[in-house]
Amino acid sequence: MLAYAIRRMLVSVPILVIATFVVFVMVSLSGDPLSELKTRNPPPPPRTLQLEAHRLHLDEPLLARYWHWITGVFHGDFGPSVQSTQVIGPELAHRFLVTFRLIGVAMLLALALAVLVGVVSAVKQYSATDYTFTFFGFLFLAMPSFWFAILLKEAGISFNDTVGNQVLFTIGDSSVYVEGGTWASITDVLGHMILPTILLALLSFAAWSRFQRPSMLEVLNTDYVRLARAKGLRHGTVMTRHALRNALIPLVTVTALDLGAIISGAIVTENVYQWRGAGSFLLESIRHDDAYAVAGWLLIAATFIIVFNLAADLLYAVLDPRIRYA
Amino acid sequence: MPDQEFRVAQCSQTQLVARRFRRHRLAMVSLVVLLALVLLAFVGGWLWKYSVADLTPDESVPPSWDHPFGTDAAGHDTFAQVLRGTQISIGIAVLGAVVATVVGTVWGATAGYYGGRLDTAMMRIADLVLTLPFLAVAAVLGHNLGGSWWLIAAVIAGLYWAYVARVARGVVLSLREKEFVEAARAIGAGDARIIFRHLVPNAFSSIIVNATVLVAIAILLETALSYLGFGVRPPDTSLGLLVSDAQTAVDTRPWLFFFPGLFIIVIALTINFIGDGLRDAMDPQQTRMRR
Amino acid sequence: MTSPGTPVLEVADLRVEFRTDEGRVQAVRGVSFQLNRGEVLGIVGESGSGKSVTSLAMMGLLAGSARVSGSVRLHGTELLGASDKALSRVRGQSIAMIFQDPMTSLNPVYPIGYQVAEAIRAHHDVSRDAAAKQAVQLLDAVSIPNPAQRVDNYPHELSGGMRQRVVIAIAMANSPEVIIADEPTTALDVTVQAQILDALRTAKDQTGAAMLLITHDLGVIAGQADRVLVMYAGRVVEAGTVEEIFYAPRMPYTLGLLGSQPRLDMRRQRLHPISGAPPSALNLPSGCPFAPRCPLAAPVCEAEEPPLTGAGGHLSACHFSDQLVGLEPADLFRPVSQDTTL
Repeated sequence: MLAYAIRRMLVSVPILVIATFVVFVMVSLSGDPLSELKTRNPPPPPRTLQLEAHRLHLDEPLLARYWHWITGVFHGDFGPSVQSTQVIGPELAHRFLVTFRLIGVAMLLALALAVLVGVVSAVKQYSATDYTFTFFGFLFLAMPSFWFAILLKEAGISFNDTVGNQVLFTIGDSSVYVEGGTWASITDVLGHMILPTILLALLSFAAWSRFQRPSMLEVLNTDYVRLARAKGLRHGTVMTRHALRNALIPLVTVTALDLGAIISGAIVTENVYQWRGAGSFLLESIRHDDAYAVAGWLLIAATFIIVFNLAADLLYAVLDPRIRYA
Repeated sequence: MPDQEFRVAQCSQTQLVARRFRRHRLAMVSLVVLLALVLLAFVGGWLWKYSVADLTPDESVPPSWDHPFGTDAAGHDTFAQVLRGTQISIGIAVLGAVVATVVGTVWGATAGYYGGRLDTAMMRIADLVLTLPFLAVAAVLGHNLGGSWWLIAAVIAGLYWAYVARVARGVVLSLREKEFVEAARAIGAGDARIIFRHLVPNAFSSIIVNATVLVAIAILLETALSYLGFGVRPPDTSLGLLVSDAQTAVDTRPWLFFFPGLFIIVIALTINFIGDGLRDAMDPQQTRMRR
Repeated sequence: MTSPGTPVLEVADLRVEFRTDEGRVQAVRGVSFQLNRGEVLGIVGESGSGKSVTSLAMMGLLAGSARVSGSVRLHGTELLGASDKALSRVRGQSIAMIFQDPMTSLNPVYPIGYQVAEAIRAHHDVSRDAAAKQAVQLLDAVSIPNPAQRVDNYPHELSGGMRQRVVIAIAMANSPEVIIADEPTTALDVTVQAQILDALRTAKDQTGAAMLLITHDLGVIAGQADRVLVMYAGRVVEAGTVEEIFYAPRMPYTLGLLGSQPRLDMRRQRLHPISGAPPSALNLPSGCPFAPRCPLAAPVCEAEEPPLTGAGGHLSACHFSDQLVGLEPADLFRPVSQDTTL
C-alpha cells in the first residue's frame, strides 16, 4: 500500500513541475502586463514604462523569468504584481481559503445529494421518483451556472422581502460588521453561504447522480449481491453492506476529476455573489493583465487538483482491495 | 473482398442504430426541437425583419407581436439578438467539439494502441491539460486572443481534446486485445491502417456519444466565458453576453434575461437527451423489464 | 426432523412469467416435483429451458418484474409470496444456493473469511471470533489449503475453483436441509470440476442436506444424481431415477440428449445430435414444444401438448413414449461423425 502511494506521488511531481512551466509560458505569452499602463491618458513617459518593465522582470528572457519566479515561489514570493501595493502570496492564500470554504461545503452537499438520488433512482428503477430525479439531473446538467446564479439571487431577494428580514445574503461572503457575538457571526456567515453553496452543489450533483445511478444498477445486478440475499441477509443489510459499499467506489474518482469544473463554477459564483475569493481574484488579475498573479493562481489551482486526485487515488485503493494488491 | 463486407455490415448497423434511436421518444422529441431551434436561429435570424444592430424607436418594451422577445433600453430587438447569439454560440460549440473530438480521438487512439512509453508521454500531456480549471485557462486565453468566434472555438478545443483522448484511449485499450486486431495484423495490415480502419470504427459509438455531449458542455463554457467578458465581444453577441447585459434588469425587464437563458437550457438539454438516446441506441442494455 | 425418504421440498405447478418490452415470456410453465431427504435430484436441460429460473423462483430471488405462481413448500411451509423477513430466515439457513460463476459470486471488497462468517452470523447469535473460527473449519472441510491463513484473502487472490469452494462453504455454513447448486461446474475447467463435485458431496454428507443439482452436463448427472428431471421449454418432459433416464428414456428429447454426448468408452461412435434449436420463449409453438425437432412428430403433437404421465415414478411427456422402449439414439436421430474435421 505504501509502495503504491509513493509510486503515485512520484508520478504526480513531474506533472506538477511541467504544469508550472506551461502555465507560466502561457500566461507570459498571452498578455502584456504593461498594457494598462500604456493605455493611460495621457500616456506615461518611456522612462516610467522602462522602470515598470524592469520591476516586472519583463526585460529578462522568458526562461530566466520562469526560473526566478518558480524559485521565488518556493520561498513564498509569488513575484511582483501589476498593482504595486499588492503582495500576491498572502493575497492568494487569503482568497483561496474563502473559496475552499465555499467549495468544500458545496462538494459535501453535492456528494450526499448524488448518492441519495442515484441510489433511490436505481432501487426504484422506472418509478415516478426515478423519472423525477432523472429529469432534475438532466435539467441541472444543462443549466448555465451564471444564469441560475442570478436567478437564485433574485429569488433570494424576493424571499427576504416576503419574510421581511434579510435571511439570505446575496452580496459578499460575510457582512462588514455584525453585532451580537459569535453566534450572530456564525449565522451571518451561514446566511451568506446558503445561496452560493446550493448553487454549486446543484450544478455538481447533477453529473454525479447521472453517474451513480448506472453504477448502482450495475452493482444491484451482480451475482455477489444475489448471493448475499441467498445467504439470508436482510434487504437493508444487503443494500448497505454489499451494494452501496461497491457502488460508491467509482464515485471517488468521478468527484476528484470534477474538481476543476467545480473551481470553474466557483469563479462564476463569486462573480455573481461578489465574494472576495480566489475566483474574483483571478478575474481581477486577468483584467489587469497581472501575469504573476494569474500564474500564481493557476499554480495553486493545479497543485490542489493534483493533490486532490492523488488523495482520491489512494482512497480508491483503500476501498478496493483489487487495486491495492494488484 | 473484406473491405466491401465491412462496409455492408456497417450499413445495416447504422440502420439498426437509427431504428433503435427512433424508439427513444425523448431523444426523438429533443432532436426535433433542436433542429427547429437551429433552423429558427439560422434561417429565421437571416429572414427576420430586424437585424442585431437595428435601433428601433421602441425602447424597453415587453414582448409583443412586433417584438416577440421585447426590446432593450437602446431599442435593439431582443428576438434578433437572441437568434444571432444562438447562431454564434452553437457555431462555436459545434466547431470546438468537432475539433476536440478529432484531435482527441487520434491522440488517444494512438497512445492506447502503441502503449508503452509513447502512451505514457502522450497521456501525461493530456493529464497536464486536465489539471487546470478550464474556465480559468479559457478566460486567460480569451482575454488576450480577442473575441473572434473561431478563436474561442479553438480555445475550447484546445482544452477538451484531453477528455476525448482519455476516453478514446480507454476504448482502444479494451479493443486492442480483441481477436480482430490480431487477425488484421496477421494479414499484414500496418499500424496506421489498423488504427484508422479497425479500431476507430469500433470505438465509433463511444466517440459519437461523447462528441454530442461535448457540444452541450462547450456551449455552457462559451456562454460562461462570454458572460464574464472573456468570450464573444461586441459588436458580436452571444447568449452569455446577452445574459450579462440583462443581469441588472431581471426584475424590471425580465424578457431580456429569461429568453437567452432559456435558449441555452433548451439547447443543452436537447443535446443531452439526444446523446442519451444515441448511447442507448448504440449500446442497448438488456431488455427493459416492465413492472 | 423428517425421516429419510420423506419430502423436504414440494413444488407444485410452479409458473414464472416475465413481462418484457417484447412481450410476455413464460420461462417456467407448470413445474412440479418433490425433493426427498438425503437425495440428489438432478435437473437437466439446455440453456433457456427454465431450470435456473425455477431455482431462483423457489428462493424468491427473481427481479420484481417476474410473476411467480404455484406453490413451493418447505416442510409444509409455503415460501412463495412470503415476506422478505420470513424468506430471509429461510435462505442460508434451511435452503442454501450455489451459483454458476465463482468469479462474480463473491464480493470483491471483503475477505473470504468475513463472507463465510457473515453467513453464520446472519442466522446465529455468535461472536465474531466464534464465527471466524467456524469459517476456518468450513474452509478446511471444502479442502482449501491453509485455511487459517487463507481466511484473510480477498476473492481476487483465489482461483476460480477455490472461489467456488468458498461459495460451497458458505452454503454449508448453517447445515441447511436443501442445497441448490445451479450449474456449479459449468464455468470451471474439467480438472477442477471433479474437485468441486467432491466438495459438493462433502457438503451434502456433512450437512445431511438434500441437493438440487442443476446442470446441462449429463456426465455430472450420471455421477451424482439419484433422480433426474429433464426440462425443455419451461416444463418437465421426463422424470425418473438416473438409471431409468439413462437406460430407458421415454421421451425423444431425452434420447436426443443422450445421443449428443460424446463418450470416451465408445470411441469412433457417431454423434446423433438433435437438429434445430430450442423455441424462443416469446413464441412457443402450440402443442408439444419439441415437435419441430422431433423425428416422431405427428399431427397430434402439434395439436395437443402431451401431459406428464407414467407409471411408478417414471414420468414422461410424450404421446408416443411407449414407442421408445428399447430404442437407442441412433434409431431416432441422424448421425454426424464424431471425428469429422470442420
